[in-house]
Amino acid sequence: MENRGITFGYGFLSQESSFDVQFSLIEYDGSHSYFRAYLVGLLNTILVSVIGIIFATIIGVVVGIARLSNNYLIERSAAVYVEFFRNIPLLLQIFFWYFAALRALPLPQDTEPMFGVFFLTIKGFFVPAFVWNNLDIFVYSIIAAIISIFFIRIYAKKKQENEGIQTPVLSISIGLLIILPLLSFLFGGVDAKVEVPVIKQLSQSGFTYEGGIKLPPELISLALALSLYTATFIAECVRAGVQGVSKGQKEAAASIGLTPNQVLKLVVMPQALRIIIPPTTNQYLNLTKNSSLAAAIAYPDLVLVFAGTALMQTGRAIEIVSITMLTYLSLSISISIFMNWYNKKIAIKEK
Amino acid sequence: MFKYLKQLTSLVAMVAVLFTFTTETMAAKKSKTLKNTQKKGFVRCGVSQGLPGFSNADAAGNWTGVDVDVCRAVAAAVLGDANKVKFTPLSAKERFTALTSNEIDILSRNTTWTLSRDADIGLTFVGVNFYDGQGFMVRKNSGISSVNDFKNGVSACTNLGTTTELNMRDFFNSKGISYEPVTFEKADEVVAAYDAGRCDTYTTDKSGLAAQRIKLSSPDDHMVLPETISKEPLGPVVRQGDSVWEDIVRWSLNTMIEAEEYGVTSANADSMKTSDNPAVKRLVGAEGELGAALGLDNDWSLRIIKQVGNYGESYKRNIADTGILPDRGPNQLWTKGGILYVPPAR
Repeated sequence: MENRGITFGYGFLSQESSFDVQFSLIEYDGSHSYFRAYLVGLLNTILVSVIGIIFATIIGVVVGIARLSNNYLIERSAAVYVEFFRNIPLLLQIFFWYFAALRALPLPQDTEPMFGVFFLTIKGFFVPAFVWNNLDIFVYSIIAAIISIFFIRIYAKKKQENEGIQTPVLSISIGLLIILPLLSFLFGGVDAKVEVPVIKQLSQSGFTYEGGIKLPPELISLALALSLYTATFIAECVRAGVQGVSKGQKEAAASIGLTPNQVLKLVVMPQALRIIIPPTTNQYLNLTKNSSLAAAIAYPDLVLVFAGTALMQTGRAIEIVSITMLTYLSLSISISIFMNWYNKKIAIKEK
Repeated sequence: MFKYLKQLTSLVAMVAVLFTFTTETMAAKKSKTLKNTQKKGFVRCGVSQGLPGFSNADAAGNWTGVDVDVCRAVAAAVLGDANKVKFTPLSAKERFTALTSNEIDILSRNTTWTLSRDADIGLTFVGVNFYDGQGFMVRKNSGISSVNDFKNGVSACTNLGTTTELNMRDFFNSKGISYEPVTFEKADEVVAAYDAGRCDTYTTDKSGLAAQRIKLSSPDDHMVLPETISKEPLGPVVRQGDSVWEDIVRWSLNTMIEAEEYGVTSANADSMKTSDNPAVKRLVGAEGELGAALGLDNDWSLRIIKQVGNYGESYKRNIADTGILPDRGPNQLWTKGGILYVPPAR
């Protein structure tokens, strides 16, 4: 490296980055350091991965169960969806959703508001934001609700073990989650105003929206492409998991008088989850790594912001690529550690 | 006294050693890159992934453009044939790494010369073959006629990782305008996103805007704003540490510009050997031993002019006649009101 006149060092991380990023979860502009630009990219990667994982899981479970349906139409359409989306390269799907979205979405001035407050336009999805007073009290009330739910569950479990009486935990939990925050509004001085996006004219033909929260079309299409693609694999994991539980288990459960819901919840699902979790972990890891394709459509993830712009502005290829690789490695390892913990938790506990 | 004499002899011996060493390197003038190029039989040249007028491949894979012509000139000078060039299309992101890691020997890819690039990452800029500046393209029906018409919230599409991103921030900051940067890795995606209406303006070097405008679905609905917000001197780059190769590329480019200055063209180059002007005779290698200083034969410059043409011919063929920028603007000779001014070849 010395021969080629390349210097090596991580000192550049504290230098001023002097480039802006279109979408950031933390406060950032070009006067911040390269390290902060790295954090911006990292958080954007985590954001799209988390959204992708949540939607991929929901779609995957629904489609996986649909594939086991006795209804021919539902079963077939689920199968067609799976075969179609898992057999097309992901990058093509990302381009398709992005440019299809850009072609299909209306310009800001032509859009029809949804429910009067949501605006889906080519420049992004503009949604109302809340402007809070005493937000902390509201957050405390939710934390209090979660803690009390936790204790109620322990109590309910004990009660069932000792007296055989079941407590309606679910309805109590939902009630708590509604009532406590509501009390904070009524007596805690919490106040939230809704800030609705307003159209703003930029030039004779150019418009945008101001106020509220803006989700860029890049985020939406990337999350859509990632979840639709990964959901197909998760659907297959779910189907395999449920089919992997032997028929005798269901019949035995039914014969001791459990209702079909209880059969699913107490007998089939706990056993199916053991089969579903390990391969699903792989899919979560894939989704996180695939999110690096974001650079193709201008979503400012880690690869675009840090391994892209920052790399080119500083020319420090070795340092930046090594940091980026380490970051993806740590992200993947964190996900697999969490999933392994969950897997152990639901595994058969031999006594 | 004796002690001093001893010191003196060792000094003389050292100087003698140093001297033989220097004369030896002077004699072995050939640089490593030059030697490798002559052994391979082609010049390895990094170009853009397609920018009409600068470096663009046609359907048959033939590369044309003013950036391409710099590499062709070096091939003509070093190997005797302007077609002995292997072109490697590079993205903005890959370009410097490709050069420093020895994948290519010349980077001629509309690259802006800046201090940090020149000094910090193992590169050397050898000159300027196009004086450019950053501009903005907008829709005609927007009514925007100047950069002062931009308002808070404007979204700007551009290429990732270029000086453009930095200039854009400097510009909008100085005007106190908040903006949304939308940056893509490839130019084609920038054009597609701007065309679809994702952005209010498309910003990059003005030559790039002029070249990309013809790719839009209806080019006549768009226009480039008159203001230029930055200096973008574009030029060829070589690896740091091979000064002979650096000189060859630098003087190949200078030869093209000086040839235009003295009216030497691909058509009349041979007849210029008998010119009355000694500067012209030196330029076509009829006088002096300029080639030897670069480790080349004396016809190197004549071959450049005959096979590639002078700068004016290259500009006309690639940029003016293709309708990209018919007006040469600053890229005119200093004698004709432009700023093209190269040191004399002597």
